[in-house]
Amino acid sequence: MAKDVEVQVLEDVTVRFAGDSGDGMQLTGSQFSNTTALFGNDLNTLPDYPAEIRAPAGTLYGVSGFQLHFSSLEIQTPGDSPDVLVAMNPAALKVNLKDLKPGATIVVNENAFDSKNLKLAHYESNPLEDDSLAGFNVILVPLSKQTAAALEGLQISMKDIERTKNFFALGLMYWLFDRPLEPTLAWLENKFGKKPVYLEANKKALTAGYYYGENTEIFTTRYHVNPAKLEKGSYRSISGNEAVALGFVAASYKAGIPLFLGSYPITPASEILQELSNFKNFGVKTFQAEDEIAGIASAIGASFAGNLAVTTTSGPGLALKTEAVGLAVMTELPLVIVDVQRGGPSTGLPTKTEQSDLLQAMYGRNGESPVPILAASTPSDCFDMAFEACRIAIKYMTPVFLLSEGYLANGSEPWKIPDVDSLPEIPVNYWKDKETYQPYLRDENLSRPWAIPGTPGLEHRIGGLEKAHTYGTVSYVPENHEFMVRMRDAKVKKIQDDIPDLVVTGDKDADLLVAAWGGTYGSVTEAIANLQKKGFKVAQVHFKYLNPFPKNTKEVLSKYKQILVPERNLGQLSKMLKMEYLLEVIEFNKIQGSPFKSSEIENKIISILGGENVD
Amino acid sequence: MSTNEVMEKNENVKLTAKDFSTNQDVRWCPGCGDYSILAQAQRVSPELGIPREKFVWVSGIGCSSRFPYYMDTYGFHSIHGRAPAIATGVKLANPDLSVWVAAGDGDLLSIGGNHFIHACRRNIDMKVILFNNRIYGLTKGQYSPTSEKGKKTKSTPYGSIDFPFLPVNMAVASGATFVARTIDRDPKHMQAMMHRAAAHHGLAFIEIYQNCNIFNDGAYEPLTNKETKADNVVVLEHGKPLIYGKNNDKGIRMDGMNPVIVDLTTGEYSVNDLWIHDEFDENPGRSFVLAHFSDLKDFPTPVGVFRQIQKSTYDGDLFAQLDEVTKLKGKGKLEKLFRMGNTWEVA
Repeated sequence: MAKDVEVQVLEDVTVRFAGDSGDGMQLTGSQFSNTTALFGNDLNTLPDYPAEIRAPAGTLYGVSGFQLHFSSLEIQTPGDSPDVLVAMNPAALKVNLKDLKPGATIVVNENAFDSKNLKLAHYESNPLEDDSLAGFNVILVPLSKQTAAALEGLQISMKDIERTKNFFALGLMYWLFDRPLEPTLAWLENKFGKKPVYLEANKKALTAGYYYGENTEIFTTRYHVNPAKLEKGSYRSISGNEAVALGFVAASYKAGIPLFLGSYPITPASEILQELSNFKNFGVKTFQAEDEIAGIASAIGASFAGNLAVTTTSGPGLALKTEAVGLAVMTELPLVIVDVQRGGPSTGLPTKTEQSDLLQAMYGRNGESPVPILAASTPSDCFDMAFEACRIAIKYMTPVFLLSEGYLANGSEPWKIPDVDSLPEIPVNYWKDKETYQPYLRDENLSRPWAIPGTPGLEHRIGGLEKAHTYGTVSYVPENHEFMVRMRDAKVKKIQDDIPDLVVTGDKDADLLVAAWGGTYGSVTEAIANLQKKGFKVAQVHFKYLNPFPKNTKEVLSKYKQILVPERNLGQLSKMLKMEYLLEVIEFNKIQGSPFKSSEIENKIISILGGENVD
Repeated sequence: MSTNEVMEKNENVKLTAKDFSTNQDVRWCPGCGDYSILAQAQRVSPELGIPREKFVWVSGIGCSSRFPYYMDTYGFHSIHGRAPAIATGVKLANPDLSVWVAAGDGDLLSIGGNHFIHACRRNIDMKVILFNNRIYGLTKGQYSPTSEKGKKTKSTPYGSIDFPFLPVNMAVASGATFVARTIDRDPKHMQAMMHRAAAHHGLAFIEIYQNCNIFNDGAYEPLTNKETKADNVVVLEHGKPLIYGKNNDKGIRMDGMNPVIVDLTTGEYSVNDLWIHDEFDENPGRSFVLAHFSDLKDFPTPVGVFRQIQKSTYDGDLFAQLDEVTKLKGKGKLEKLFRMGNTWEVA
C-alpha cells in the first residue's frame, strides 16, 4: 500500500449514491449491492428515483438515489440515515443532505460544482466553499477530470467519458469499503463484450477510481465490514419483483400446469412482466395486453382454459381491473393478482413506495365480493408469497391478491435459494367425470370443479350472472342469490384453516405489541430489536395474510394492553382490525413515499412507553 | 388433435344442430334477429369437423351476449366489452380450441373497441361475430356507435350528433385477416360466411346485420324486403363482377379510386367493365372502398367476404417462440433458474 491507512472494522454501513437521473446511480448502486452480497454481507437496498426518465440535468427534481445498508449482522432495513453520501452534483447534495447522519462522510464530484449547476440546485453560494457542510467529513474528488484523464487516448466522445464517471465513483467506494473489483469487471465483460471501447472505458474508470483511493491521501481510514453469519446455504441477491417472478415459475412447475401472465406495463410492477418474458423454456406465456383490463381479462380466459393465470399491476391499474376481479370471484376461477403498490390516489407518486391499497383490495368491488389477500414482507418473502398465492388460488378456485410495494419490488437482499424438492406440490385435479359433473358442485374446501374446455362431456357455461347452486345455470332466485353470496364468503373464510397462525416475537409479557403488515416488516423488526436491547418490553406480530386474518389473531391481540399499528397509509389495517375484533389500537401513519425509518418507530414506542428518544 | 383424429371422431359421432342447443329457454324477444344467428351457428357447428368439446363461445354484455348460454359448448358470458380479451386468453392457454366471440355493436365497438382492434391487430386465430343492430337493446333503446347520425333514440331525443363506425373498415384497418358481412334474414348466406370464417386461420370477423324488432325495427328493411333487396344489396363473390339489381341490370365500376354505379341496359357499359371482386387482394384499399358504399348515395350494401389474407397468427407465433427458445436453451430447470446470476455459499 502506498500510504499509511487505518482500517476500521464496522458492524454496518449505510451508503447512498446520488446524482442526475442520467448519471447511472441505479446501476452503480446495484453493482455495489451485488459485490457486497457476493462478499457475504447481509444487505438491504432502497432505490429512489424520479418519475421523469431523464429530467433536465442538474435539477433538484432530477436527482436519483440508491441507498444500501450492509452489515456483518442480520439486517432488515435499507438503513435510516446514510453514513456515506456520494453526490455527483450540487442538486444531489442538496436533496440528500438532510437525511445524513451527523458527521457523515460526503464524497462529492467537485468538478460538477460550477455556477450553472449551483444555480440549478438553488445554491446561492458554493456549499463546498462556505461553512454549510461543517460537521460533515467532506471529501472533494475531481471525479469528472480524473475520469477524463483515465480515459485519455480512447476513441470515445466527451459525452461518453462523462457517462463513465459513475464507475470511477464506484471504484473509489470499492476501495473505501475494501470490496473486490472482480464481480463488476466480470459484469462489464458480459455487458460490453461486443463494444470493446465501452468495455475498456468502464474498466479503466472503475480501476482508476479504486487506485485514486489507494494512491491519494484523501481518505485516512478504510472500512471493513465482515461477512454476515447468515443461515447455512446457497444465496443470491434478489429484488422483490424478481422473487415474485420466480415464485410464479416455481408454482407453475409444482402445479404441473403452464404459467400465463396477462399484464400491462406499469411502474413499479413492469419488471415482473419483463422477467417472466425471459422464461419461455419453462413454458411461461407472457401476454403484454392492450390495457390493464385486457391484462386481467386474458388471464381469466387462460384460467378458464386451465393455465395458472396471473396478472400484475400497481394501484391505478388495479382500479381498472376492478370489474374483472369481480368476474373472477363470480366464476370462481383461480387467478393471482399482484399489486405492487405505489403512492396514490390516481397517478400519485409512481416511483415512490406506499402501502395504501389494502382497502382497495379488500373492498374495491361492487357487491359482496370476497378475495383472499396476501402481502409480502421482504424482497425474498415475495417468492414465498407468490408461490403461496398460487397454491390458495388453485386449491380454493378463487382470485387471490398479492400485495407488494415499490420498496420491496426494487429493493434487494440476499435470498437463501430454496431446495426445489422441499417446495410443496400444488395438486391440480381438472375434473374428468361426465356422470357426476356439475359446474358449481362443492368439495370439502367449498371449491367448485375446474373443468377445462377440451374435456369431452363437460361442456358448460359460466359467467358474471348469478348461478344456481350446484347446477351453475343462470338463476335469479332470491334465496339462491343469498345462498351463493354466503357460500363465496364462507369459502374465503375457510382459508383461515389453511394458513399459519400469527407468531409473536419479542417479550412474551410485553407492555406494547406492534402489529404491522407488508413492507413495514423490516423497520418494525429492527426497532423492536433495538428497544429490547434498551430494556423495553415490546413484542411484534406481522400480518402476511390480511383476508382472512390468521385464526389466532383475536387471541393474540387481546393479550396486549397497547397495540401500535404503524402503516404507510391513513390506518387501513387499523380499520380492519377495529372492525373485525372491536379493539383499540394506536395508529401510527406516515405517507411520504418512503419506508419507515426504524428510529421513527422506536421513537413512537418510546413516546408511548416513556423514555429517551433516539436520533 | 390432428385432422385425421378429428375426421375419425366425426365418423364415430355424427352431431346435429340439436347437439349444440342447451336446455336453457332462449330469452330473446320473439322476432329478434338473434334467433336466426343462433340457428345458423347450431346448424353449421356440427359440419365443421371440430369435436363439440373444443368449441368455446365467449361473450360480453348485451342481448347478443346471452348467446353462449344457448350453445351446448364451453361458454363464457363475461363482462361488458371484454370478450375479445378473454377469448385471447382462452386461445393462448390452449391453441387447440376453436374460439368464437359473440358481441353486439355497443359491446364490441364502444366499450370493447380497444380489445377488438387489438385482437384484429394480433391476428389471434378466433372468430368474432358482430350482432349489429345499431341500437342498445338490453338497456332499452339508446343509440349505439353504429347508429346513423341524426338517430332519435331515448338518449338522443333531438337526434344523435355523432357519426357511426363502419365495423368492416375498423376490422380491415386493424389488421383482421378475414372480414365478411351477412344479414340475419339470409340464413343460407350466413351459414356460408360462418363456414368460411371457421375455415380461416387467423382472426375472422363477420358483421351480421341483425334486426332489433323492439327498439330499432326495420333498420335493414331495404336490404331484406323481397321487393327492394335486389336493388340494395350487392353480393361479393371472388372473381365475379359487382352486379346487382332485380334483373342484374346494375353494376359498379371503378373510376380511379372512385366507385361508379353503371346501368348495364344502355349498352354504354358491359359486364366486362365492372369491378371484379378479389378477396385475396393484399392491398386493403378496395375493402375500404366497398365498406364505404354505405356512405354513398344510392349505392348498394355489399355482403359477402370483403377480404381474406394469410398472415401468421399471434397464437401460432407465441408457441413457435416457446419451442424455439426451448430448443435453444433446453427445457428450463428450476434449480438453474434459482441460481441465475451470482450466487455464494454460507457454510
